[in-house]
Amino acid sequence: MIKTTIQGLLTAIKGLTLTIKHLFGARKSRGSRDIKSPDYFANQQGVTTVQFPKEKMPIPEVARYQLQVDIDDCIVCDLCAKACPVDCIAIEAVKSPEIIGKTSDGSVKRLYPAQFDIDMAKCMYCGLCTVVCPTECIIMTDNYDRSSTNLTDLIYNFSEMTDHEVSQRKQEWTKFQADKEAAKKK
Amino acid sequence: MDSIHINILVPVAIFSFIALFTLFAVYAERKIAGFVQDRLGPNETGKYGLLQTIADILKLLQKEFINPSAADKILFSVAPVLIFVAVFIGFSVIPWGPDFVPANTNTGLFFIMAIVSIDAIGILMAGWGSNNKYSLLGSIRAIAQMISYELPVGLSLISAVMITQTLNLNDLVFNQGLWASHDIHFLGIWKVNEVGGIFAWNIFQAPHLMVSYLVFFIASLAECNRAPFDIPEAESELIGGFHTEYGGIRFAFLFLAEYAIMFLVAMLGVVIFLGGWNTILPNIGSIRLADWTTGLYWGIFWTLIKSLIIVAIQIWIRWTLPRFRADQLMTLCWKILIPVGFICMAISGLWRILIMI
Repeated sequence: MIKTTIQGLLTAIKGLTLTIKHLFGARKSRGSRDIKSPDYFANQQGVTTVQFPKEKMPIPEVARYQLQVDIDDCIVCDLCAKACPVDCIAIEAVKSPEIIGKTSDGSVKRLYPAQFDIDMAKCMYCGLCTVVCPTECIIMTDNYDRSSTNLTDLIYNFSEMTDHEVSQRKQEWTKFQADKEAAKKK
Repeated sequence: MDSIHINILVPVAIFSFIALFTLFAVYAERKIAGFVQDRLGPNETGKYGLLQTIADILKLLQKEFINPSAADKILFSVAPVLIFVAVFIGFSVIPWGPDFVPANTNTGLFFIMAIVSIDAIGILMAGWGSNNKYSLLGSIRAIAQMISYELPVGLSLISAVMITQTLNLNDLVFNQGLWASHDIHFLGIWKVNEVGGIFAWNIFQAPHLMVSYLVFFIASLAECNRAPFDIPEAESELIGGFHTEYGGIRFAFLFLAEYAIMFLVAMLGVVIFLGGWNTILPNIGSIRLADWTTGLYWGIFWTLIKSLIIVAIQIWIRWTLPRFRADQLMTLCWKILIPVGFICMAISGLWRILIMI
């Protein structure tokens, strides 16, 4: 009993010296040091807090944070929306009677992206959509700080088509269909 | 008429001191916790986060009174008041300076021990009245703990009182410095009535009183339910223990009581063992440091500074040591602190008979 008592007191004192070292070590900041530096774990003293909006931690050069869609390269294949585990991508396509154009890698565009919304509030940053994209138009950027006070601001609209344009394209397609039907009947 | 003024003014002054102390003790607690854990603590509200606790209390004051429908209404609402009042009354007999004491009674120490025990009833009322199993568990633990730990506190105080031969806290402090009414000796050998300072404190009047103070300090931590003895609150096991169901100003009162009792036990330890309002600095030959730093205002300064250091140590311990298990808590009390307390008491008796004559 005496032995455990002395042991208890000694270990308590050991802990107390450790904490007081940290208490006085907290006068200086550890700074936002890069995890890649070899002596990252050598510095055990000082405040670790990084005061975020004022100072930022270095991010990896291959950082994969918020999604970005290059809509000119998109062929509206809907693969990203299908791959998404949380269904945060909503795509609506409007068919086109003729070829619209070509993407930068040569794929043929036949659909108009009437709607291409990504709900970043739902996104879990798995990156599956970027893997399946055939034209590599959906990518993850190194931008991680786009906070907003309004939840709907987190739904990013990548489609550049106006409502008028969409209805016009739809009309074109129905007209084309109707013409085709008429031609068949003849 | 004059005495009525004093009777109203003194409690108001003490209450405002406690409230102010609580605000800044909570701030200090959070800052120290932050620094110990290599964080910054509150730093956004005001300069260095100084207004953080004021913002907290304003929030608590605005909150709605919530009575759980299954709670015992009377016990539930009386408990915070009782807990706080029990601690608050304890301040009435503690001297702040030479003859500067709210109530100069001959049974001061006994009165404090008696009145602070009522705290345990308040905690049981809070736990029972909440009608919540976690609250009740917390308050049962609190009762077991507080009643057990009253013994080592009592024993360590008795061993000091056997040396000082008085329960009057005012006289007790007088006899630890330059203005002592009888001979005082450093470790029983060196007469220090003229030297004063740190050598004249009770803790150094007999070597076993240092151990006694250690016992008192550990037991008083348990008395105020602070880590590592915070199993009545144990937020990771019991949510919040006896104050789970409380909110708003009632919760504020429970917190006020917790910090008030921290200061009370720190101050009691200072008064009984660490010289109370007596100075730290001794007279060295013709450099009369002790003479220069003794007096009413110096007395208040020393009491405050010593108590605040003890409170800082309490906070430091809280953020270092992990919580005891209930059985370890009882082992520490009954198998270690109480025997040590008894031994100190026996030595005090022998010391009184053999050395102080």
